[in-house]
Amino acid sequence: MAYPHSDVAPALPRARRDAESAAPAVAPTVVKIVVAGGFAVGKTTFIGSISDIEPLSTEAAMTEHSVGVDDAGAAADAKTLTTVAMDFGRISLPGNLWLYLFGTPGQDRFLFMWDDLVRGAVGAVVLVDTDRLDQCFPAVDYFETRRIPFVLAVNCFDGVARHTLDDVREALAVSSDVPMLYTDARSRAATKQALVTLVQHAMERLSGEPGPGAPGSPPG
Amino acid sequence: MGEPSPDLGDPLRIPLPRNGSVSGPDPTGPARGAQLPPGLPVGGPGEEDGEAAYVRPYTVTGGRTRPSGMTLPFEALVEGLAAPRPEHAPESRRILGLVTGQYLSVAELSAHLHLPVGVVRVLVGDLADEGAVRVHGLTTTASAPAPATTLSVLESVLNGISAL
Repeated sequence: MAYPHSDVAPALPRARRDAESAAPAVAPTVVKIVVAGGFAVGKTTFIGSISDIEPLSTEAAMTEHSVGVDDAGAAADAKTLTTVAMDFGRISLPGNLWLYLFGTPGQDRFLFMWDDLVRGAVGAVVLVDTDRLDQCFPAVDYFETRRIPFVLAVNCFDGVARHTLDDVREALAVSSDVPMLYTDARSRAATKQALVTLVQHAMERLSGEPGPGAPGSPPG
Repeated sequence: MGEPSPDLGDPLRIPLPRNGSVSGPDPTGPARGAQLPPGLPVGGPGEEDGEAAYVRPYTVTGGRTRPSGMTLPFEALVEGLAAPRPEHAPESRRILGLVTGQYLSVAELSAHLHLPVGVVRVLVGDLADEGAVRVHGLTTTASAPAPATTLSVLESVLNGISAL
């Protein structure tokens, strides 16, 4: 993985599920949100900032393209793993709800896996790195074409927004009803806001209301 | 063997709706990335790494890449119903061990076992067929729509995230 988890604030409450504890009598309702964006844009960090469990990594299989499956997690394979791995986290919510956050495999040649990942999802958060704007084009195209609710979260790596959201929107040529906001993948509060914005957007789409673009504000 | 590549088109080749009748951007506007303001450089092409390796893990599924029945979503929850038995493959025994007393998703099983999701799907499908596990959150029907398409579920998700 491209991002060490050490930058995730250790003070985060992590409701660890004790392996010995009995499973709830009724299976949790599962929902998922997809976290997309370019290679090394901070998807795993974003997921880790809010996940109850330490982000896990799995090979998003169905592919014969497999490298290092026997020693997943080996640091020496970090780059290779990022390209083939799918990182994900889980959040337990009241009402016996489990929210999974799935990071998309970073490279275009894994786009075919996204159909699997996206099926039944609330929608997607597309992380944008304005220094490598083109990296999010495939994700934007993908969700736009399939009319899957998504929000654009401009990751401010050092807490500084280098570009206005309007500039980014124009450069990406996305419609004004796609919510945009600044985020900081390391920040639990900012990640929360991105997810809230997405769920609200998905609800608006579901209710058939024309969703006004949610105004974003710099995190922190 | 085990050529699992799904028959999916390349999404990149699908033309974007740009006729103005959908919620796309202004059709007279710039093409995506065509006009970047200063400070938004377009980076280089993505990396391509080497040739794919042969996937040994599929030997534990007898070369099968699909479960016998349905395709299990990554987030499908597996509930253990039976203890591992000696006739189970080691990987299946490990799955049964992990889902004893707790629900775990197909994706989590894959991560914990260091097995590709496709392999876990096959093994879990087999275990479900023999009644050793129950799988929750399978493909939905008209009468039971996907949770993510239900407003009340989304509302609960929204409230839950907001309260974190």
